[in-house]
Amino acid sequence: MTASVFFGCTFIAFGPAIALFLFTIAREPLRVIFLIAGAFFWLVSLLLSSLVWFISVQISNKDSAAQQKGLLIFGVVLSVLLQETFRFAYYKLLKKANEGLLALSQEETMPISIRQLAYVSGLGFGFMSGAFSVVNILADSVGPGTVGIHGDSQHYFLSSAFMTMAIILLHMFWGVVFFDACEKQRWWAVAAVVISHLVVSCLTFQNPEYVGSLVPTYIIMFLMGVWAFYSAGGSLRNLRLCLSCIDKDFLLANHRPR
Amino acid sequence: GEAMNTSDSDDDFYNERTALVPSENPVVDANVKCSCDAECRPLLVQPGASRRSGPACVDSGGSDQEVDADDEELTLKYGAKHVIMLFIPVTLCMVVVVATIKSVSFYTEKTDQQLIYTPFTENTPSVGLRLLNSVLNTIIMISVIVVMTIFLVVLYKYRCYKFIHGWLILSSLMLLFWFSFMYLGEVFKTYNLAVDYPTVGVIIWNFGAVGMICIHWKGPLQLQQAYLILISALMALVFIKYLPEWSAWVILGAISVYDLVAVLSPKGPLRMLVETAQERNEPIFPALIYSSAMVWTVGMASPVDAQRSEYETGPPLHNSCFLHRIMGNEGWTEYQEHLYDQKQLIEDMPEALMWGVKLGLGDFIFYSVLVGKAAATASQNLHLCMCEVLCPTIHLCLTCLYLSQALPALPISITFGLVFYFSTDFLVQPFMDNLAAHQFYI
Repeated sequence: MTASVFFGCTFIAFGPAIALFLFTIAREPLRVIFLIAGAFFWLVSLLLSSLVWFISVQISNKDSAAQQKGLLIFGVVLSVLLQETFRFAYYKLLKKANEGLLALSQEETMPISIRQLAYVSGLGFGFMSGAFSVVNILADSVGPGTVGIHGDSQHYFLSSAFMTMAIILLHMFWGVVFFDACEKQRWWAVAAVVISHLVVSCLTFQNPEYVGSLVPTYIIMFLMGVWAFYSAGGSLRNLRLCLSCIDKDFLLANHRPR
Repeated sequence: GEAMNTSDSDDDFYNERTALVPSENPVVDANVKCSCDAECRPLLVQPGASRRSGPACVDSGGSDQEVDADDEELTLKYGAKHVIMLFIPVTLCMVVVVATIKSVSFYTEKTDQQLIYTPFTENTPSVGLRLLNSVLNTIIMISVIVVMTIFLVVLYKYRCYKFIHGWLILSSLMLLFWFSFMYLGEVFKTYNLAVDYPTVGVIIWNFGAVGMICIHWKGPLQLQQAYLILISALMALVFIKYLPEWSAWVILGAISVYDLVAVLSPKGPLRMLVETAQERNEPIFPALIYSSAMVWTVGMASPVDAQRSEYETGPPLHNSCFLHRIMGNEGWTEYQEHLYDQKQLIEDMPEALMWGVKLGLGDFIFYSVLVGKAAATASQNLHLCMCEVLCPTIHLCLTCLYLSQALPALPISITFGLVFYFSTDFLVQPFMDNLAAHQFYI
């Protein structure tokens, strides 16, 4: 407990996301604004799903633990579906805004491309989702206490932090794939994103059997990352050239603005 | 972006402050009832101020049509930049307020003292009576604000600049010295530090004197911004402490409605204030607006540049221009020379730098009150804080997108803030708590 656990878990959970933010988003005010707007959309989806869950709890039998757990599972599934719906809504909104801007400015390129928007909005969703999942837990970890004193898992904080990191990165990958799929009208890809989100959330029902939930989540995250990389225009060749820094002109020349 | 809002809330508040602690403080003159209420409410810039006059400022030969197209993109980029530059101080103010609330318990202690503007107590057992009292409190508070606003507009219309200026100086004096002294005292109490009076005297004297100079005269931009943030935070803390629970929420709601009305309706006092200032090519109370811009333009001062004056830009950072005006026409010549020197400097700079997005201090204060109240309610409610932090950013984002019009700062943010506050408290918190208990992730 206390400071070391707090800082350790905070950096595990938010480290990659904050690094991404600082290096790619912080300098561009437009991207920051769209990130915040994305976070806001996620928040609204959470609000709606909590509303539905709350109503269902009120009309249910509060003494039955099994029923409450069932309702919670229902809440989780509903929340995932609502999140994806709001992602789609955000996509539609951004498309409209971009078209409007393009029409007004009579220029070839838009100030921010739809791919950048996909990345930024995915990260926005991820930030908010991660923050809501883990902030209260982190606040608790600063204080005194013994983890798992009643027989629960001792790795509660650490596993929460790792799960949060995976979720944030996953949201970003989902955002990229989702927007790309919507752009190219590939609805099967959209469905795949929704299903993978559901799978990840349902895997957490196994907690505290962390092996069963964390390992598959990370596998899914890796796969989604590769998919997002390819849908964003990456390829093995690009990767090799980028890593070996051979031919910058080639990389620049191949960059097609969207 | 021309989202200019002016506010002068601190005047208001420290007046209430003196009313609050009558025994320790000699009662301030009744006529030092600051214009704060009037300026309290965020102002709108003249909606006629269009960004199209921007490029015309520098190259007066350019045609409007051609510059419009480029203008849009430029608008968005630089507007976004300035909106983000405003986002940082708003967040800083909120961070200061939340940090204080969480650590210094003084500001969350229940007290029976109330501001004279909210005389009805909320210590009643019945819900109906409590609601009624809070509504009555709100009505009194809002009517005081309306009266003060009209008073300020009248003063401004009849050019009682000295009175207004003296008022402003007196209010910031009180704020910088008295409130910060109290704040320092409470911080020392919380951390159990024993500090002697001479040290405190030196600290407060320096803090206050530098603050007065920075805000009302010249000073480095960042220091000025830091002071504005600090006084907004102090004000917000006073509000959080001395407004009763339910009254605070109803007042927040009522103020956002009032803001909407006062700014958008043609006969609204704030709108008249802005229009009068625009006619006279004067900046409005620059000491109490926070601006992101760093370059001051001549547009507001000289009557020759009347067409440029439509273009509301960054505030006179070097407030000497304002002071000269206040002193009457004797300073006019020096004023114009001063302008001329700056003019050369300005024409070399890209026009984008001339823009600035402004936000009144009252907006800072009300956003901080929103966040502070969220932080003060319960210990576990970090989610609330996060939601509340988002709300001003929504306003700022919209400002960026609608740069050609000015938006009243309070209604949108406060509406979202209230909605999120109550819904997070009652709906989201139990849901997230249950999820965290089972370690489910959504």
